Amino acid sequence: MPMSAEDLIEECRELVEDPEFSAVRDWLDHHPGAKVLGHFQVYFPEEIAHAAGMLPVKLAGAGSALQIRQADARIAAFVCSIVRSALEAALSGHLDFLSVFVTHPICDAARHACGVWARNFPELSAQILYLPQNAGSSHALDYLRAEYARVARVIEQATGAQVTDEALRASIAVFNENRRLLRELYALKREAPWLVSAVEAYVLTRAAGLMPRERHNELLRAVIPALRARDARPQDKLRVVFEGGFCEQPPLDMLAVIQEICYVVDDDLMIGLRWLTDDVPQDGEDPLRDLARAYLQTSSHSPVQRDPRRPKEERLLARIRDANAEAAIVAAAKMCEPGLEEQVAYGQALDDAGIPHLVMEFEEKTRVFEQTRMEVETFAESLLLDLV
Amino acid sequence: MTVEEKQPPAPRSELIGATRRESRRLMEGWWQRLSDAAADGRPAANVFVMGSAAEILHAFDIVTCFPEITALQTAIRGSSMDYLLAAEDHGYSPDICGYVKVDVGLHLKERRHPMGTLPKPSMVVATNMCNTYVKWAEIWERRYRCPVVVLDLPGWRGSGFEAGRDGFEADRRYVEGQLRELIGVCETITGRRLDIDRLRESMLAVNRLSELYRDVLAENRHRPAPFNAMLDGVNYMGIANIHRGTEEGVRFMQVALDELRERVALGIGALADERFRLLFVGTTCYTHFVRFLELFKEWGGVFVLSEYMTFAGGGIDKGIFYDTDRPLESLAEQLLLSSQRSMSGVFYSQDWHDQVVRDYQLDGICFHGVKSCRTISTGLPDLREWHMRRGDIPGLFVQSDLVDTRLWSEAQMKNRVDAFFEALQSRRLMRER
Ligand code: SF4
Ligand code: SF4
Repeated sequence: MPMSAEDLIEECRELVEDPEFSAVRDWLDHHPGAKVLGHFQVYFPEEIAHAAGMLPVKLAGAGSALQIRQADARIAAFVCSIVRSALEAALSGHLDFLSVFVTHPICDAARHACGVWARNFPELSAQILYLPQNAGSSHALDYLRAEYARVARVIEQATGAQVTDEALRASIAVFNENRRLLRELYALKREAPWLVSAVEAYVLTRAAGLMPRERHNELLRAVIPALRARDARPQDKLRVVFEGGFCEQPPLDMLAVIQEICYVVDDDLMIGLRWLTDDVPQDGEDPLRDLARAYLQTSSHSPVQRDPRRPKEERLLARIRDANAEAAIVAAAKMCEPGLEEQVAYGQALDDAGIPHLVMEFEEKTRVFEQTRMEVETFAESLLLDLV
Repeated sequence: MTVEEKQPPAPRSELIGATRRESRRLMEGWWQRLSDAAADGRPAANVFVMGSAAEILHAFDIVTCFPEITALQTAIRGSSMDYLLAAEDHGYSPDICGYVKVDVGLHLKERRHPMGTLPKPSMVVATNMCNTYVKWAEIWERRYRCPVVVLDLPGWRGSGFEAGRDGFEADRRYVEGQLRELIGVCETITGRRLDIDRLRESMLAVNRLSELYRDVLAENRHRPAPFNAMLDGVNYMGIANIHRGTEEGVRFMQVALDELRERVALGIGALADERFRLLFVGTTCYTHFVRFLELFKEWGGVFVLSEYMTFAGGGIDKGIFYDTDRPLESLAEQLLLSSQRSMSGVFYSQDWHDQVVRDYQLDGICFHGVKSCRTISTGLPDLREWHMRRGDIPGLFVQSDLVDTRLWSEAQMKNRVDAFFEALQSRRLMRER
């Protein structure tokens, strides 16, 4: 019997909350000898790993599932939770299936993760992928093409397989399909948020990085029509955009509190999985170049990627406009330098545009949300009164 | 910085003390130039100590302002909190880099600094060597609508990566391309074409500065060490940044080297009674600069070398060898190499520690994490753990901040420093037995 949307969503939720990565272990059981690449937030061109037969897995922190013990002795106290909880997961054996670990210079803390992981797991290939921070340079595309080729060589060494153009094109097709389906899910969220809650959309999205992408495509193909067919009615709720979930993830229960009070019509949660906003050519002559071009030209925004051609605050305003939102929640993870700095700029831009917004901080491991509830309620109520 | 260290009466030599006099003169001159630029609006660039691209900016006579240095100077002068709190009132979090906040505060207060006035930036050059540089640059970009060039210097890539090898040519081409674009921005701002010979002069001055700087560092292999790497060393590094690519910078470093050689010849150490030779890893606490050093001095501990003098000197400690026959190509190559070796080395520096502990005959390492600077501090506890696991080099881990007095805890700091030295002392006694 086909599974219902609710069952599939529950499956995704379990994966999101499962520090054991059971879908990955399951995949390995069925693919003996195959290798897994773990990539830290925010964006990684997963197609390159996929083309070599690897399973790319998104490492986005352990939420509140793990008690941080060993990582505290290795990472300074004033660093965000996700950098520690990812390390804790590795130190406590939850990521023992990894052959390659990739982090990015998204921030000063994540960049250090490579050295820390390299020292603690000498058998692992710990890597940094330098995505261009000078995206406006006319030389960035050639550079990124070369950097992707370097990553492909690392992957080839780890797997013994070749990353051929043909395999890359096939992988691009799989991931294009995934991105298209995720766009559809988000379109539904914008158009009819009463049909899919913020938590549901979130776990459905995040599951993409925790299972083979082909399987995730199947899952979304089944879920989206079922969501559309739901029998639910719109309520009188404030439409908000949630911004600030590009790296460390807010706890599910925090999203649940917000969605009780507002419709979250768009967000940047797990934006790395939705980073490319358009299809990548599937029959291009040079697929690595196509991927690099997509990164530079048809991509989303976050505080950790600089692109002077497309200022972030303008893009946030566009996200709010496109989602027909009335307000924004501008969040940042505790101790997240780039997120906290951007929060000030976003706040200023929203003030200038006359868009009401609530500024807040979160931490992935928080379990109590009474304060959040109060803040969001007060914010929403004050606006609803204004609107009347 | 003009913090005086008490010394035993020095044998008469006019070389002794010359470095401090010279650095004071150069620092005052720099502030004068900044204040003049603020008054007359001549082009000024905000740049950072790691990857300032000073060679190019000097060739255009663009005044270079180093906000990291101007921020730390407020802490030395005891006024960092006024600026920092102004930025927090403006919405900046207590949990971000204090340098950024001090600078935001300075700009909110009409750029008036205890030592002069900061110019409005006409442009910004920020490298990716610290990600906070990029965010900081965006603050000025929004405030002043000035061009921001993020000079991307792709660094250490992880396990097995060797600077200058894997994919180096692609990286170098990228950097060279960006330098050409940076030159274009400088031409627009100044209305002048690049004078390639001035660029060459500046590059040659960096070659000489770098050679002298390395000689300066090497003098501390002597016992007693003639300078404290966290007092005099911070001075050397500051001037090396401000005067990178100028004749004055070269002259200064020569003065410093001459004085150090004289001190070695006369047997004058940074401390009158040097008992423990230490490596300093991390950045310092400018709010309690003297007090911090005193805690070590009480035990005869001297910082013979600091990692700070490597990365924050923009990599000149590793040697810069510009070939002025192919200026831009060479500039790109050396900028990249020095950033990969110095800054990126910070992430994976245990082998370097092993080496300098041997070369400089060090007794231990002090790891000082500061909340402001995750760029340097994030992995410090792990580095200490690494050395502890191998049981080779004793390490002390302490924390405070660069500019935020709220993060200084005298009692805690003193306890840890004392315990560390007690352990070093017993270790020494055991060995002697
Ligand atoms: S949450 Fe912020 S500080 Fe932490 S790794 Fe992500 S970007 Fe860096
Ligand atoms: S994070 Fe560190 S390197 Fe970066 S600006 Fe702040 S103090 Fe300087």
